[in-house]
Amino acid sequence: MLELKNVSAHYGQIQALHDVNISVGAGEIVSLIGANGAGKTTLLMTICGDPKASNGEILFEGEPIHQQSTSQIMRKDIAIVPEGRRIFARLTVEENLHMGGFFLDDKAEFARLEQEVYELFPRLLERKHQRAGTMSGGEQQMLAMGRALMSKPRLLFLDEPSLGLAPIIIQQIFDIIEKLRDKGITVFLVEQNANQALRLSDRGYVIENGRIVLEDTGANLLTNEEVRKAYLGG
Amino acid sequence: MSKSSFIDALIASVVMLILTSWLLGLQLDNQPDGLRIILNDAAHTTWVIVGVVLVFFTQLFKAPISRVFSGIKSKGQDSGFKLPAPEEKPTLYRFLTIAALAGLLIWPFVASRGAVDLATLTLIYVMLGLGLNVVVGLAGLLDLGYVGFYAVGAYTYGILNTYFGVGFWTALPIAGCLAALFGFLLGFPVLRLRGDYLAIVTLGFGEIIRIMLNNMTEVTGGPNGISQIDKPTLFGLEFNRRASSDEATLFHDFFGLDYSSNYKVIFVYLAAVLLVVLTVFVINRLLRMPIGRAWEALREDEIACRSLGLNPTIIKLSAFTIGAAFAGFAGSFFAARQGFISPESFTFIESAIILAIVVLGGMGSQVGVILAAIIMTILPEMAREFNEYRMLMFGLMMVFMMIWRPQGLLPMTRPKMEMRNG
Repeated sequence: MLELKNVSAHYGQIQALHDVNISVGAGEIVSLIGANGAGKTTLLMTICGDPKASNGEILFEGEPIHQQSTSQIMRKDIAIVPEGRRIFARLTVEENLHMGGFFLDDKAEFARLEQEVYELFPRLLERKHQRAGTMSGGEQQMLAMGRALMSKPRLLFLDEPSLGLAPIIIQQIFDIIEKLRDKGITVFLVEQNANQALRLSDRGYVIENGRIVLEDTGANLLTNEEVRKAYLGG
Repeated sequence: MSKSSFIDALIASVVMLILTSWLLGLQLDNQPDGLRIILNDAAHTTWVIVGVVLVFFTQLFKAPISRVFSGIKSKGQDSGFKLPAPEEKPTLYRFLTIAALAGLLIWPFVASRGAVDLATLTLIYVMLGLGLNVVVGLAGLLDLGYVGFYAVGAYTYGILNTYFGVGFWTALPIAGCLAALFGFLLGFPVLRLRGDYLAIVTLGFGEIIRIMLNNMTEVTGGPNGISQIDKPTLFGLEFNRRASSDEATLFHDFFGLDYSSNYKVIFVYLAAVLLVVLTVFVINRLLRMPIGRAWEALREDEIACRSLGLNPTIIKLSAFTIGAAFAGFAGSFFAARQGFISPESFTFIESAIILAIVVLGGMGSQVGVILAAIIMTILPEMAREFNEYRMLMFGLMMVFMMIWRPQGLLPMTRPKMEMRNG
């Protein structure tokens, strides 16, 4: 579904990604783990076209997208839940969700998606008319996910969904990610919380200093000695 | 098929009969001795009757018919919970709107001439405040050169009127469009900036416009400005004492009244009311459209907007252009009211006052902006006897305002809805 071939990216003079090769198949949950500053978020941003890949190819369903603008890419069946949630704080929950479905013209489909999101996150229905910024971190994360789902994606990027959340909420978020797979949505998960991410994932990649250093199934990575040492606390 | 639907159907068909028999059944015939009304031929009468019968039966069976169609649509919708319905608009709100409108319309006939004139000025500021509110309050783009677009609007009408004799109502849309064009042109290079940088560039733009008007002496008259700009007319009726040309008709002649300069003031005021109501209506509509929500989303988080596939440049540009258009309308109205414009009227302090109106009223809130515009124009007038302390008091008031109500007089509220049965 998504394929990166020898992708490099630069911030000015500094090279942030070196010949990254990644593929995500339809229906998979694939996670990308790595330390702070390893290039996880940069990799996601490059797929989204900001910064543009300086080298290599990015294919979404066989179509090269690395030359396209961010708004063109994000209007395909791709959605991202950005790092730090980035909800619209002074808009209501409902308005946030509606922004997610901005380019959806089919009203019936829109209503169906909205209902689906509320079923997935009943908390959001309770808070429908509350300003999004007044909700707890976990609820905001749910809103960010709901907003992304409103654009009816087939491929969903999640950038650190567990960031700054209580363990019990993290568990809920991961449960929902599994539910998304059941709905047929392909998930590409970027996480520092390697343990939980890998347990859920079909496959995983490990990134270090802008290079992919390891690639394996989630289960194998969990038992991999190096990974255990570096990311799972021994 | 209750009794009420039978009555409904009966009324509908009677209305249909009355309307169609006039339209189809009668005909004007041009006879040598003038127009005659004659009955149409039988074919038309038959069609009228067919139509009436059709209307009667559709109305009678309206309920079962619509049930059939709604059954098709709502299939599969009744799963689990119901989405809450929007709360009815509070009647108090509606009552207040009507009362305010009525007050606005009665005002010129009870107040003094000076008060009416002041009210017109206030309405111009309301228009400006509402326009800038789109840019600053909704889209979150700090624009310190808004007065530039105001000047463009004013000079558009001034120049069109003096050189080409174009009337106010024709020039109004042209002024709006031209100001919008300037907004668009300025927006293109500038909108990749944000925050402070954007503010500085727009500030520069406002000054450039003013200095340009000052120096293009051949066209704009430089510091002397343009004078004797025509007042608006009522469908071509002029409000002067004497007609400007032989063809022109005068308002007081037409209605058989004695000449009074009050008519002119009142008419200008009423035209301003009309424009403000139109502005409120249009912006309200825009707010409910996706573009309005996109403006607000952009104000909240640009990166999130991009992640949703929105193009921030287009959204910003639309806010800038639409905001500028309203400044253009206000500007040409200002020119018409004063009859005289010069670059003096478009200094930075004007931009600052308009911005103060938006901030004071509560960013994004229309009612707040209107209220603030009223306060900001009327208070300085009322405090005239304090002379040089006037601006001091004004500044103090702003400072206290920001301490006690930093969110503005009437901060923007989100539409409220109620959950029914939990």
